[in-house]
Order: sequence, then structure tokens, then C-alpha cells
Amino acid sequence: MRSTYAIHGGIHPNEAKALATPGKVLDAGIPDKLVLPLSQHIGRQPEVVVSVGESVKGGQVLALAEGPMSVSLHAPTSGVITAIEDRSVPHPSGMTNRCIELQCDGEDDWLAFTGITDWRAADRTELIEAISNAGIAGMGGAGFPTAVKLNGPPGQSIDTLIINGTECEPYISSDDTLMQVDAPAIVEGADILAHIIGAREILFAVEDNKPAALTAMRDAVAGSESGCQRDVMTFPTKYPSGGEKQLIEILTGKQVPSGGLPAHLGIVCQNPGTAVAVRAAILEGKPLTERIVTLTGEALGRPGNYRVRLGTPIHHLLAMTEFDPSDNRRLIHGGPMMGFALENSDVPVIKTTNCILVPTEQELPTPPPAQACIRCGLCAEACPASLLPQQLYWYARAKDQEQLEKHHLFDCIECGACSWVCPSHIPLVQYYRSAKGSIIDARAEKVRSDRSRDRFEARQERVERELAAREAQRAARRAAAQKKADTGAEDDPIAAAIARAKAKKQAAEETPSAASDGDS
Amino acid sequence: MSFLRITSPHGHGPMSTAGIMQTVLVATVPGIIALTWFFGPGTLVNIVVGGALALAFEAGALALRDRSPTPYLKDYSVLVTSTLLCIALPPYSPWWLIATGIFSSVILGKHVFGGLGYNPFNPAMVGYVILLISFPLQMSTWQAPRGLGEIPGVMDALTALASPATYDAVTMATPLDVLRQNQGLLMADLQAQKPQFGLWAGVGWEWVNIAFLAGGVWLLYKRIFTWHAPVGLLLALGLCAAIGFDSGSSESGGSPLLHWLSGATMFGAFFIITDPVSSAVSNRGRLIFGALIGVLIYLIRVHGNYPDAVAFAVLILNFAAPLIDQYTQPAVYGSRPVKEDEL
Repeated sequence: MRSTYAIHGGIHPNEAKALATPGKVLDAGIPDKLVLPLSQHIGRQPEVVVSVGESVKGGQVLALAEGPMSVSLHAPTSGVITAIEDRSVPHPSGMTNRCIELQCDGEDDWLAFTGITDWRAADRTELIEAISNAGIAGMGGAGFPTAVKLNGPPGQSIDTLIINGTECEPYISSDDTLMQVDAPAIVEGADILAHIIGAREILFAVEDNKPAALTAMRDAVAGSESGCQRDVMTFPTKYPSGGEKQLIEILTGKQVPSGGLPAHLGIVCQNPGTAVAVRAAILEGKPLTERIVTLTGEALGRPGNYRVRLGTPIHHLLAMTEFDPSDNRRLIHGGPMMGFALENSDVPVIKTTNCILVPTEQELPTPPPAQACIRCGLCAEACPASLLPQQLYWYARAKDQEQLEKHHLFDCIECGACSWVCPSHIPLVQYYRSAKGSIIDARAEKVRSDRSRDRFEARQERVERELAAREAQRAARRAAAQKKADTGAEDDPIAAAIARAKAKKQAAEETPSAASDGDS
Repeated sequence: MSFLRITSPHGHGPMSTAGIMQTVLVATVPGIIALTWFFGPGTLVNIVVGGALALAFEAGALALRDRSPTPYLKDYSVLVTSTLLCIALPPYSPWWLIATGIFSSVILGKHVFGGLGYNPFNPAMVGYVILLISFPLQMSTWQAPRGLGEIPGVMDALTALASPATYDAVTMATPLDVLRQNQGLLMADLQAQKPQFGLWAGVGWEWVNIAFLAGGVWLLYKRIFTWHAPVGLLLALGLCAAIGFDSGSSESGGSPLLHWLSGATMFGAFFIITDPVSSAVSNRGRLIFGALIGVLIYLIRVHGNYPDAVAFAVLILNFAAPLIDQYTQPAVYGSRPVKEDEL
């Protein structure tokens, strides 16, 4: 058994995972309508290929990927397209985005798919294309297009594939559940992924608070053949061990260089859900149209892990799980540490929705007003990136961008451990998000102003150069005319007078034209 | 249906500022009991009167600054300041001395800079040093400890509080004063001849220091602060004392044990320099901060004019804390260069 490594900081919040009974999958059914945002991932929107009024079957392409940083979108069931318009989508800003509304017909009539059974013999690009066509984006939270991640940065060879089943956020148990019920599919998906990226080892990471998932994964690995060295690794439960950078350090002892990618260490991380989706896409040709979502919180009468079709409106899920609004004020997309609060329940489940948390006020109280920072340093003890959050807070309030960068603001992973421990209830992460935004804006502004200054200076130089050239030309002409006049006066005074007049006229014409040229 | 929109994280740990302050107050109890046992009820009276005045000054300052006083009064921070100052004041101080000290701490030490969290200096030490410079006589009059003099009662303490001048108690030079004024006696002889010396350090003082050490260790256990600053101070002070011990000659600066258990050493190490607002921020920074205070305490005690070394050492290092921060930033995740064999 390989040893693991300790990381700095971290916290031990109440896990509250038992609430949703990990390991048991319930069916969320087919709602009347599905709302499918075109953007459920990081990158470009796909191009809509259906129109309002059109009947579609389950698995049919609704929107087609536009370029590599884009993923396709498929119908999660059969029905009729009733609208293609802007609707609110799950996003911290509460923004709206283009969505396709599908009126479900209840038939759940699906297209037939064909997969690639002999994937080991298949071409790498063919497999990546199949993944891209299946609309797969990372299902752990960020939603990075999986095909792009598999292509990797050029010239970087990948050694290790990590399947991140850490799931360190409290409350969430969707990956735990998937590992318990679908471990062989995860392992097979991981084998396919490793084959595509050329990894020679696969590490399955499971925190030690998920013994059932750990056993299931170990059995699945033991019960299958692979060309790779495979290890199921476990380590003590601590938040945020599942952060990509933290997990890499726990498993390998290496740190991803600041500003770099795991690929620079020859590592790629994938979520178990993504591995299962990849397996379905390759072996069955099936697109990504559903996922397991943890519906939890004490305001729900029937919390649990549900198989939910993408696009299912959250209000449908709340009604199904017997939501009691009496002592609830918040609806959280994701977990309690990094999830964001939704303003209304009309938004749909998307590819990155791993959890919907509906707590009571007693369970997760609304924070009291922030008090002054007493620089106690609990935040620095908790920070997994070894930052000094109290100093960052100080400089964020002072808008001191130079000091913020000196104190490595951009190495903050926004895990929220600092805010969680802060005795003064300061929303520290919010300050860092805001400061990052301002610095990114300032950088963009600097690029813009540098570019316009360069343009201005180049133009200024050109104008001066042209003026000088014209001046030289004119001087030469004048000298020539003068010379001609001096010598010609003896020969023919009339011709000389005409020449002089001509030269004068020419000079008079050139002066204003030179001035007006200045704007060209 | 509209839900509340607030940013993550949505959960919170058990710590609160008021909770931290209350824990610190509880941790002073063993030290206060020891002080009361050896020097009578004077310290208790100081603390009660000082606490009431501190709350009043805090409320007044907040009102002047247009802040709602209630949330701030509930954070217990001003009570920590006043309690620490009143522990440091001589027992049986007159009311005006206490009032001046509290005013200096709360108003000049804290609110002038913007209130809790913004004070560059330890407020209790600001109040203490202002008193020390302004009223050196009253500030250096310490009651003789139990066993060496009669211990005043509660009535005596109240009389002392009301008196315009200092209460006329049985006073005695502290062991550190005796050591400073030592002329030609070997350490062993000095300790044998002077009644102020007890088992390891001064009579009474050694137990007061042990009591504050116990309170401090409990705070460490409760993770209110890290070990870095106190350990830095104690190690540096012990090292300096070991170097200056001079095998107990008449020129000796006193043994490490004497310094650890004398004066305000343990009180300073665990209750004063651990004030997070005015100390360095990183663990390495706090170790250096504590160590430099330890060195200064020794130098002031042995070579300085004022006997109250801790207060001056702390204020001087408060000045230096931002500079220490500048050079002690911890290495962040990913800043370590990748080694060839890791690739």
C-alpha cells in the first residue's frame, strides 16, 4: 500500500452526509418540462440545431459543439421543443442564459446508439471525438470540457490519472453513492481515460469516511484487468482534501506549481461521474443526459441521492422531496462550503449540479454581521494553500493590489476554510473573489491602455516621419527652383518668372495639404 | 419563491470573537487567585473597578464614533484589556490611577486608532506605560507578599481605592529590584539573605507566574493562540539569563528559572504578547516577535532603569511587528520549485 502525505491547514466541519443515505439511488422521474441551458460548462456555447415546435427523441442532439471549448447538448427524454429563450440558470450572479425548453411527452422514447466496443484498438482522436459528441464536461463542479482536458497541453506527457472520489464537502454524497453502486463502471471508465491520455497508473482517491465506497472500488479494481498500475488510496477525512491541488499533494507529495496545471506534473484528475459518463459514451455511444444529485438539508422531508435528468427544474425536486419552507431561507447549489445560493427554484439541474442543499435556519444559520478582524490567525492555520488570509483581507479592504499579489491572492482556491473558522464571521472569501475580479479587470485595462499607447506612439512617429520627409522634399524642390531661377534669370527672365510663380503656387498648395494630412 | 442570496461558505465553525475573549478571561483566573492569595484583595478590586470604567469608556467612545455600542460591548474585548491592565497595576491603587490607566488603554490605545482590530500597540501595555511614566512612585509600590507582611482586608482595599494618594501598606522591593540593586553579594548569598527570595524565585511571585503559566497552557490547549510567541519569549529570556548568569557571581543577572518565574514573565508570555492584533501574523513571525521581546526583557531588567521590562519590550516590538511580517511570509502552496525527479 502506498503512503499518503499530509497537507497544511484544513478544517473538520460537521459532515452531515448520512442525511442523504449515501449508497442508495432514488429516481427523480420525468418532470413536465425540462429547461436545458446551452452553457453547462466552462467555454463556448454550442449551436442550437432544433427549432421551437420540433419533436425530439431522448438522446437527440439539441445543440452542437462549436469548436474545442464547447460541448454538445442532448435531449434527456422525448418531447417537443416549446421555447428557446433566456432563462435564469444556476450561477452565483443569478444571470440568465439561452435555454431550450422541452415539454416532455412521458413516452421517454430514445434514439438507438452504437458504441465502440473495442476501445483499446480504437484511435485516440476517435475516442476523444466520441466524448466530445456525448456532451461530457467535468462533473465534479467546474465543468471543464472533458475532451479538452484529455487532449492536454501540447508536449506534456501524462503519467498518472487520478479519479477524485474524495468528496470532502459536507452533505454531498453523490460521488460516494456512485462509487457504491457503479464502481465497475467507474473503473472501466478510468481505464478508457487512462488509455486515451497514455497514463501508466491510475489512482482512485477515497476519503476514509466512505468505507462502503472504498470496499466497492477495491473490489471493482481487483475484479478487472487493466494495462495500468491501479491503486485505491484512502486518507483521513479533512476539508478540502478533494481540492485538485490538495489531493495531488496528498497522493503524491508533489505540489502543482503556482499558476501551473496538474499536467505539468504529468497528472490529470477526473471525477468518478465523468468516468462513468465517458464509459457510457464510448461503449454505448450514449450522451450525458442525467446525473446523480444529492438532495439534502433538514428542510427536505425525503432527502437522498436521486438520479436526475439534466434540465429538471429545482422546484420539481423540492416538491418531490417534500420541502418544508417554514424554517428555511437558503437554497444552495452545491455544498455548504463552496456552493452558491440560488435566488429562486426555477433554475434547472445542470451537468455540474452535484448537490442541492436546503438547510433549516437552525441547521446552517444565516451569519451574523461581521465584526472587526482581530488577526487571531485561525484563518492562516486553516488555509490549505498556506496563505495569510488576515493580511489578504487587510489589503483587499485597502484595495492594495500590489500587496495582494505579493501575498499570493491568486493561489487562493476559495475553499472557504478561512471564513468557516473566522471568529468575527468575516466573509473573507467574498473579499478575495472581489479583489481577484478587480485585479483581473485592472490587468485587462492595462493591456488595453498599453496597446492604445503603443498605437498612439507608433502613429505619432509615423506622422513625424512623414512630415520630415515632406519637409526635406520641399526644401530640395525649393533649392532646385532657386538654382534654376538664379541660373535661368540670365537666359530668359520670362521663363524664370513663370517658374518662380509655379514654385510659389506649388508651395502654397502643399502647405495646407500637409496640414490636412495630419489626421490621416 | 425568493431565497436569501449570500456567499459561501454557508456553514461556520464554533469559534466567535466573544468566545475567544471569554476564554482568555477565564484563563486569567488562576493567576488572579494567586495574586489575591499572596497580595490580598487589591487586584480583585482593581479588576472590578477597572472593568466598569472600561465598559463606560468603550460605550462613550463608540457613541462619539457613531457606532452602535451593543455589539461591541458584547465582544468582551474591552474587558480583556481592562482585566490585563488591572492585573499589571499594583494592588491597592487609588481610583484615579485606575481610571487614568483605563482611559489611556481604551481611548488612546484602542479607539484613537479605530477600535478593536486596528490598534498597533497592545492597549493594556499602552495604559500601563503611560501610568508608569506619569506616576512612577504609585506604580512601583507593591504590597509585600503573604508571609513577609500583613495582608490587607477588603475594607483596606476600598479605603485604598478612595484615598487621594497611595494607600500606606506594607510595601517591599520586589526580587527583581533586589537583584538590580545587588552590590557585591554572590547570588547564593543574596538569595539566602534577602527574605524576598523563595524556592526558585521571589516569594509569592513564583506561584503567581506558575498560575499564569497554567492559564496560558490551557489557552494553548484550547487553540486560542499558537505556541510560537510564548515559546520564543521564554527560550530567548532563558538563553539570555543562562549567558548572563555568570555562575552566580555578584555580577550575575540571575538564573533562567529566576527570570521565568519573576515579575510579569509568564503573564506577558501568555496573555500580553499573544494579543493577535498587535503582534506579528505568521507563525515564524510570532516566534521571532516573542524571542526579541524575551531578549529585550532581559536587557531592560538587568541593564535598564525601569524595573517593568515586559511593558516596554512589548511596545517596542509592537512597532517592529509590521517589519517582521514583511520578512516572514510563509511559503504558499506551489511556490516550491519542482525538483527534476518529481517530473
